[in-house]
Amino acid sequence: MSPHHVVISGIGLVSSLGEGPDAHWRKLVQPGLEPVLEASRFSPYTVHPLPEIDWNLQIAKRGDQRQMETWQRLGTYAAGMALDDAGIKGNDDLCTTMDMVVAAGGGERDETVDADILAASESRNDRDVLLNEKLTTELRPTLFLAQLSNLLAGNISIVHKVTGSSRTFMGEEGAGVAAVETAAARIRSGQSTHILVGGAFQTEHSDMLLGYELAGYLHRGPWKPVWQRQGAEGGGVVTGSGGAFLVLEQREHAISRGRKIYAELGPIASGRARRRQGGLDGEIAALLGQAALPNGELLTISGASGAHAATAAEKSALDANPAIAARGFSTLTGHMKEAQFPFAVALAALAVERKAAYPAFDAATEKPFNGVPRTVLATAIGYHQFEGMALVNAA
Amino acid sequence: MANLNDHMGRPIVAVTGIGVVTSLGVGKADNWAALTAGKSGIHPITRFPVDHLNTRISGMVDFLPSSSKGASLLTYDLAEIAAQEAVAEAGLDSGDFGGPLFLASPPVELDWSERFSLYNSDKHDIGAERLLRVARGLKGLDVFETTQFGSIADRLADRFGTRGLPITLSTACASGATSIQLGVEAIRRGECDRALSIGADGSATAEALIRFSLLSALSTHNDIPEKASKPFSRDRDGFVLAEGSGALVLESLEAALARGANILGILRGCGEKADDFHRTRSKPDGSPAIAAVRAALADAGLSEDEIDYVNAHGTSTPENDKMEHLSLSTVFGERIGSMPISSNKSMIGHTLSAAGAVEAAFSLMTMRESVIPPTINYDNPDPAIVLDVVPNKKRNAEVGTVLSNSFGFGGQNTCLVMAREPV
Repeated sequence: MSPHHVVISGIGLVSSLGEGPDAHWRKLVQPGLEPVLEASRFSPYTVHPLPEIDWNLQIAKRGDQRQMETWQRLGTYAAGMALDDAGIKGNDDLCTTMDMVVAAGGGERDETVDADILAASESRNDRDVLLNEKLTTELRPTLFLAQLSNLLAGNISIVHKVTGSSRTFMGEEGAGVAAVETAAARIRSGQSTHILVGGAFQTEHSDMLLGYELAGYLHRGPWKPVWQRQGAEGGGVVTGSGGAFLVLEQREHAISRGRKIYAELGPIASGRARRRQGGLDGEIAALLGQAALPNGELLTISGASGAHAATAAEKSALDANPAIAARGFSTLTGHMKEAQFPFAVALAALAVERKAAYPAFDAATEKPFNGVPRTVLATAIGYHQFEGMALVNAA
Repeated sequence: MANLNDHMGRPIVAVTGIGVVTSLGVGKADNWAALTAGKSGIHPITRFPVDHLNTRISGMVDFLPSSSKGASLLTYDLAEIAAQEAVAEAGLDSGDFGGPLFLASPPVELDWSERFSLYNSDKHDIGAERLLRVARGLKGLDVFETTQFGSIADRLADRFGTRGLPITLSTACASGATSIQLGVEAIRRGECDRALSIGADGSATAEALIRFSLLSALSTHNDIPEKASKPFSRDRDGFVLAEGSGALVLESLEAALARGANILGILRGCGEKADDFHRTRSKPDGSPAIAAVRAALADAGLSEDEIDYVNAHGTSTPENDKMEHLSLSTVFGERIGSMPISSNKSMIGHTLSAAGAVEAAFSLMTMRESVIPPTINYDNPDPAIVLDVVPNKKRNAEVGTVLSNSFGFGGQNTCLVMAREPV
């Protein structure tokens, strides 16, 4: 049995640059586009904040909106955009048979309650009792559900009626890689015809920054493009809020519905370098080998986070191949963790579909690409662990 | 020569190693002895003070060195112990497993003990700002790694020499079953000859307990802990929070036979269906759970009357047990009254992310030992739920096929069908 081809038939995107594939394309093709930055709210850290969003456009019921915090709303919103884009939203037959793989971290904790407990802990020795006392009285019961990793998928089922199956993968960028890879494998093997896959990250919350900063990963001081943070104060990562969902579909299925196809999803390579043993350079080279790169100039949408070691390793691997013209989109969106790889694949698909490359996002380090990109490479080398890349081909 | 492909032409998936840890003990032998004796692992909470708490009992695993060291370390240890037992039983190299890893584990957060100690190591600023200030001065990665969702799987991948990018997943209380389903699918697609599927959960912290309490999900029958979990009983009042782990070595039957492995059972089918009704409640007509059961049967190539026993989700919450009964009686019709259906959770509580894997392990043992573990604490049958729950005492029975159910918050429904023999 020959494997089915996987195509991208829907894209939902949100970042500090705006929402939707068209808005992103229009912004990203402007040479010298300035990033949207928020440097004071979380000083000394800079973040790329969410744009203004009218949640009602994708989450019709206020009751549903209230049950979520921003992270779940953002993911549910981006997922709705992808479903709309693919002509699936509101189609019961397609939604109830649609599979879903969501790459998720956790939702927002109640910062006020946490700060309260921490403040009280300075004058209490019975901290465990303090915890019980405060949490039993101050936590909102439904907040738990807004924090649960699999409840982003749960909310997508409730709001958009996607109910074929629902799986949530966890594990930072690697979760996004595995989600796309697994979804594609299910379609290729004939196990599924259409799958919603993606993730969201809401960085404007202290815990989301803490998740990086416990290992000193965040960049501090004046903002710089993603490739230019080596040696600067801090660890190199500038985060951004955003989300990316894709509708992956069996080619025949998309054609029979008469849908626009952005691109075909080619081979996906993923791995886990033993980084402490110095394995990252070799792993990236091995993945580039597995990806079966085409001959000639290759536009590469890099999900590089800016984390010093991982980004240096990725840059040197990409620079070693003179055919590669890399575009580090974190320069303009910030790092979106679980959503990073789906976002990279989405930008790659857009370039293929529009038959045009993005200009350099950082003219000082990225070289021009003059041809028509028929195949684009998308990468996500984890800031701490896990690696993946995919080739996206003209439909 | 055994048939190596299933009714859909896919490779048959065999189980060649099983490992388990629950509050009843470490390993299959101790667990099985306790489970078939109708012994409960539910006990008073001692890990943290219970002042102000409505629920003061649990099925925590309190006997490991890491039991008091936080959710991340305990979850890792639970996963490692179960996986080690499974890999050793399979006769494989425990440092060079040679297949992918699928780990069901709880979402992670910075433990409160760490929050307190970070916060109180400085005096400048307040709240989150202070935590961030302290964080950027930290040396070492130990605290950081407890907050990374991929770190437990990363360590396990190092420990067992699994291949490729490990997958960490959460489908709430169905997670363990999903980890097995992912392994089955990878083998069926021909991506690998074997897979290591683990469900592990050591996240019974005070905050977790309080969160579930605030949703009125937990039993408050604190006085006699071992009586608190009473699935399908009229006076059931919630689940009992618990910890544990289950691990399976899955292998294509062909690869297992080729290396002369002992076949412990067959993973015949997996089915799933998401529910769009509500974040914590299931659709009143039970249609998603019904669809998940039917999908698992169809995937296994079995009809309703070919299932010998149901290993129930059976949480002991008023809602789940009612819905599970509705779903099963819809699928199995009149036969439901005479089919054995028991809940391991009556003895071990609800091990959350681990439950589907732990209960798959017990389902396989049920077939191998020809003994059905009982549903204990069945003293007050719910008259609205007429089931043969194998009440209070184990039953000797030939069991050739098992359906194991897992249902979770967020509309997660995953069912597994296992068989004793390949055909």
